[in-house]
Amino acid sequence: MTKNLKANVGTIIGCALILIWCLLPVAWIVSLSFKSQEAVTNGSPGFFPSSGGGAGWDNYTQVLKDDEFRHSIFNSIGISLIATLLSVIIATLAAYAIARLEFVGKRFVLTTALVIAMFPVVSLVGPLFDMWRTFNIYDTWPGLIIPYMSFTLPLAIWTLSAFFREIPWEMEQAAQVDGATSWQAFRKVIVPLAAPGVFTAAILTFFFAWNDFVFGISLTSTDAARPIPAALSFFVGADPFNRPASLLAAGAVVATVPIVVLVLFFQRKIVAGLTAGAVKG
Amino acid sequence: MTATVETPHRATKAPKPPSSDRSRAENSLARKLVAPALVLMLVVTAFPMLRALYLSLFEYSLTAPDDRKFVGLSNYGTALSDSLFWRDTVNTVGIMIVTVGFELVIGFAFAMVMHKVIFARGVIRTSILIPYGVITVVSGFAWQFAFSNTNGFVNSWLPFVGDDFNWFGQYQSSMVAIMASEIWKTTPFMSLLLLAGLAQVSEDMLEAAKVDGATWWQRLFKVILPNMRAAIMVAVLFRALDAYRIFDNIFVMTAGANNTESISFLTYRQVIEQFQLGIGSALSVLLFLSVLVVAFVIVKLFRVNLADARQET
Repeated sequence: MTKNLKANVGTIIGCALILIWCLLPVAWIVSLSFKSQEAVTNGSPGFFPSSGGGAGWDNYTQVLKDDEFRHSIFNSIGISLIATLLSVIIATLAAYAIARLEFVGKRFVLTTALVIAMFPVVSLVGPLFDMWRTFNIYDTWPGLIIPYMSFTLPLAIWTLSAFFREIPWEMEQAAQVDGATSWQAFRKVIVPLAAPGVFTAAILTFFFAWNDFVFGISLTSTDAARPIPAALSFFVGADPFNRPASLLAAGAVVATVPIVVLVLFFQRKIVAGLTAGAVKG
Repeated sequence: MTATVETPHRATKAPKPPSSDRSRAENSLARKLVAPALVLMLVVTAFPMLRALYLSLFEYSLTAPDDRKFVGLSNYGTALSDSLFWRDTVNTVGIMIVTVGFELVIGFAFAMVMHKVIFARGVIRTSILIPYGVITVVSGFAWQFAFSNTNGFVNSWLPFVGDDFNWFGQYQSSMVAIMASEIWKTTPFMSLLLLAGLAQVSEDMLEAAKVDGATWWQRLFKVILPNMRAAIMVAVLFRALDAYRIFDNIFVMTAGANNTESISFLTYRQVIEQFQLGIGSALSVLLFLSVLVVAFVIVKLFRVNLADARQET
């Protein structure tokens, strides 16, 4: 009994440590975003805004009024959503073939995907920079959507094929035997079974596109296509020698909100997706 | 998402369907389904990589595109004989080893806790996903400001550093800050992969070890760890190769000041900031090759271990 109690205490302390680990830096950046810019310029060490050093929502209103920042949010949302949609459609086709069909070259596809998942992206920016300017898609949405698609496909294919392998495909025939047309069998039986996997792949793909930085700074030059991470890193404010930390923090919080919302709603699916391909193979 | 190519699942599948007509039809359908994905993946990686290989043989600067001239392998000679290249390689390898080491230990501890926890499972798993989801650039900023001596809290919380200690003033402490950001963001991913591996360790075996009087440490090292070698290998391989391309954190936190540059950052600087496409391409090729070497070394290291494990049982 005492042994059990000891183990429980250990688990509780462990849980507390995990929560601190995960949430402290997030709480810090939120807290920083409420410090006033004068306080930051004069130096305000400490976790919380000091008394009188708080800014209320000022940093947020200022950041959201900034044209460059607003453009970058719009770019990030648009580019990430389009890349996610296209990538998931293409990956679904490929994953179906990998999970369901026997064909020559299956291993080649899987190996290619694996190699690309580990590719050092920076080694591509030089040639892509050169190519994109030749094709006139440098600093445009397609110029980012195309690389995002190629780099999210491996993750999407691995996740989806792991999910598809678990689907009891016999149910499709069973429905047809029971009198359903093949379209009905597909729509009413297979789609509901496959949807969670497709959805999970979509979330992971979106995370990747939203997080990308290397392509974002290398393949854009204006706010026509510059995504949020790149915009944040170039944001210097009025005084280049004194970066407006609290303004940046407010921008960072805004950029993080969509991710936190996705995580809050779809925690279970994300965990399943992250680990599906990895262990089951 | 896996490096274990030989899986029981695929191995148990029938080698070939009996009817050759059907298998031919299946083959062609599969090709059509796979083609878009394959083409897209290769267009953005294999083709530019070949182009980098080609460009690396020229002296080619975008500021003077007409002066392109063939120089053979001399770009590689320049890169490999430059101390910058080796300094950055050492930095990158150092960051990779230290961060993956910390992530493995902390991530495993987190996985053990998450495996045990019954109450509040959802809360824990939700919060562990937040660092994973936070943009690397944001993580870099959060830690840069946290370590800042004017606006951060780290100096006042740590007992062994002075309040005005400038973390970004010299090499070692800058590296600590960069690694802190990297470790914070990626440990959760590691712990989730390890948790999935932990779930596959059979409870019966643990129970048997317990009955036989094995201590907690013995159970950990003789039962749990050997049984989840595959999961550990996948996690280490993925994280190591990811750490090897470290770029975002360095760009945001130090911009390479105090010799903290990584090999990715050096390549980026040559190509995008200085428009030296020739030498930049040579660096790109070297970066790609070094990733292959790292992957090869890790796979080799762990294969040996895997074989040992099989002989033991």
